[in-house]
Amino acid sequence: MLRRKQIEEGVFKTLAALATYLIIAVLLFLIVVIFKQGYRALDWDMITKVPQGGYYFGGEGGILNAIIGSFYLALGATGLAFIIGLPVALFMNVFLIRHRFWLNRIRFFLDVLWGVPSIVYGAFGFTLMLFLGLRASLLAGILTVTLLIVPIMIRSIDEVLRTVPKGLLESAYALGSTRTEIAFKVFFRQALPGIVTAILLSFGRGIGDAASVLFTAGYTDYIPTSLSQPAATLPLAIFFQLSSPIPAVQERAYASAVVLTLFILIISLLARLLSSKYKEHTIK
Amino acid sequence: MKRRKLIDQITSGWMLLCLFVVLLIPLVIGLGLVLKSLPILQLYPLSELLNGSDWKPMAGHFGFKPFIVSSLYVTLISFLIAAPVCLLSAIYLTQYARRWLLNLMQPVIDIMAGIPSVVYGVWGILVVVPLVVRLASVWDLKTSGYCILSGGIVLAVMSIPFILNILIEVFQTIPTELKEASLSVGATYWETIKFVLLREGFSGIMAAFGLGISKALGETIAVLMVVGNVVQIPGSPFQAAYPLPALIANNYGEMMSIPMYDSALMFAALILFVIIILFNILARLAINHGEYRC
Amino acid sequence: MSGSIIRIQNLNVSHKGIPILKDINLTISRNKVTVILGPSGCGKTTLLKCMNRLIDIYNGLDISGQIHLDGEEILNRKNDLTRIRQKMGLLSQRPYPLPMSIFDNVAYGLKIQGVRNRTELADRVEYYLKQVNLWPEVVDRLKSPASRLSIGQQQRLCLARGLAVEPEIILADEPTSALDPLSSTCIEEQFMKLKEQYTILIVTHIMRQARRLADHVIFIYLGEIIEQGPPAEIFDNPQHPTTKEYLRVGH
Repeated sequence: MLRRKQIEEGVFKTLAALATYLIIAVLLFLIVVIFKQGYRALDWDMITKVPQGGYYFGGEGGILNAIIGSFYLALGATGLAFIIGLPVALFMNVFLIRHRFWLNRIRFFLDVLWGVPSIVYGAFGFTLMLFLGLRASLLAGILTVTLLIVPIMIRSIDEVLRTVPKGLLESAYALGSTRTEIAFKVFFRQALPGIVTAILLSFGRGIGDAASVLFTAGYTDYIPTSLSQPAATLPLAIFFQLSSPIPAVQERAYASAVVLTLFILIISLLARLLSSKYKEHTIK
Repeated sequence: MKRRKLIDQITSGWMLLCLFVVLLIPLVIGLGLVLKSLPILQLYPLSELLNGSDWKPMAGHFGFKPFIVSSLYVTLISFLIAAPVCLLSAIYLTQYARRWLLNLMQPVIDIMAGIPSVVYGVWGILVVVPLVVRLASVWDLKTSGYCILSGGIVLAVMSIPFILNILIEVFQTIPTELKEASLSVGATYWETIKFVLLREGFSGIMAAFGLGISKALGETIAVLMVVGNVVQIPGSPFQAAYPLPALIANNYGEMMSIPMYDSALMFAALILFVIIILFNILARLAINHGEYRC
Repeated sequence: MSGSIIRIQNLNVSHKGIPILKDINLTISRNKVTVILGPSGCGKTTLLKCMNRLIDIYNGLDISGQIHLDGEEILNRKNDLTRIRQKMGLLSQRPYPLPMSIFDNVAYGLKIQGVRNRTELADRVEYYLKQVNLWPEVVDRLKSPASRLSIGQQQRLCLARGLAVEPEIILADEPTSALDPLSSTCIEEQFMKLKEQYTILIVTHIMRQARRLADHVIFIYLGEIIEQGPPAEIFDNPQHPTTKEYLRVGH
């Protein structure tokens, strides 16, 4: 009886450990595969030049258009999402703090919104774009990605603001501050490191998402110079080059994947570093 | 003093406005998709659209069944792979493993969740597709490798960080004293996990699975890259399929040139939107239910 | 059946070099109520959890020394833990009913032991629920979740759950601290009744409770045993200055 129980526990414990190490192994394997496959075609030209004539048949050039395009797009969308998201998160934590009923419902609502897939945002963004009379452009892309990352931005900032001690709010009130001053001077400063992390997280989502910009941002070999021009993006650059039958172009898709993965890894690392570095300056 | 009051009022107004804009987003999305789907909904009865398996947009045949079945099939496969792996791993990390492994896992989860869909797609093509071809040859099956199983595997890997993250939290919120209660009557650690922790965390576990499924249902680019994109009702997991998100993503180019096509694609987006919102609401309610009990 | 049941020798527990228990030497007599008294955070709970090795599930603790239960070394890794734990029923500070029905809570330990016979299970559940005076209150809702009971009822249910696996010793960690006075009295009465059959070890910081229940009192302060003896001696004629101070402030 006991022997059987011990064997059962041993089996499941081993399986559980295997599952854990499998997950870590898959991630390492994924990164190794991407880098190993991509580094061959990766050279200086890839990241410093836009596609030249015959690029898509294996000719000269690089994916600078997509790198800059993605950067503009993610920057614009993150900025816009921040302008909308920060006030909402502050409002929830300063003005609505005594209304738990509404606060819970808003959080619930934002969590659900977070779950809406990017392809639905893409389809909606396309509809919106036609409705507003826009063409596929940097602006349309930014608007769509903004919709996608707003819930992420708000909930991440909200989670940080929640940890600001209530005593701080009360002592600020006691000093005669208005709620707006409390929101921006006390909460904003206290939560700054967390807010930076939230911004980086949203930026990462914005740079990596393909399905939402597929319809809306368009694709071009040039670096956009205004909001009404179409913009290439890194995920789509990978996607399009990979569907080419020419091996040299496919190789470049792999190289582009390395560039995108590197960006994401750097952003991830930066977020971790920043949040741990700034933690020392906040009141616990 | 007056100026400060004025600033206070202006900023409060601005904050409230932003909140309302955000709250309106899903309503506007739903409304926009419904309006765009109306033409096709007026032309064909809903049951015919959902049940029909004939897809010839040029001839005006719009049957969504192959796409819906494909979506469910791929999601099911991914769930069957990801759910047990995540559950076992969460149990290991929170109950058996040393602290450092859990600390190591946090960045692993972050990075996995952060890697873009398209990179998972590239990995799928490089690794999973050849693997599936080799797997199929064991049973003498013919497959291109671009099939449901490949899509399912890639999706499983992608949904692991989301499911695992929630599961870890679920197990961490179970009080230690509950474990002690079970251990003190002579249960082994595994019996405690099996009979007490899994039961106590049940609603949270279901919620994690629900969120994982809804994440998998909506995933687009990575699946599209490995699933084959053939309009058919797939039988074996080694056959190609065509999930709903892939349908939308692949055909946006020509959707304005064929009558009703744009309406059909927006209808596909609407189906996805409704299913996923429902799944999310149910899962979130389960999580909240769990929290209220404690 | 008299004499000592548990003998602790040179027990030391520390967490990252900070001692929690220092050189504990202790003998606990069979079928007596032993009360461990001391201020909060002095290591009483840790001492209790050493005895049924629940201490194992906490990371980063260093344990040395020996604990003998019926002559068997508990801290020896080779021993079968589940059998040792079965010999000791645990009652914790707050009741933690398992997430199942009232019936299954009591039957849980029995099922773990391999009792499958339905009538036997039902009989024994009834017997132990009666023993803790809970039976009349729950007889018509045995299948409803244990979490719906009041907190006092839950604590008695937890006691019944512990008794059902027929332990020799009952370990109680401030068992009444979360209860209202009525439920507390009820639990205390159970203890007085149970001491006929069981050895009872109670951790508490409530002096009056210690005086009411104890056959033997052990006073612990900052991880060390300061003084021990029969309640009459400890309470009326304490020898050690720390004990005197604690008794004076605590009254």
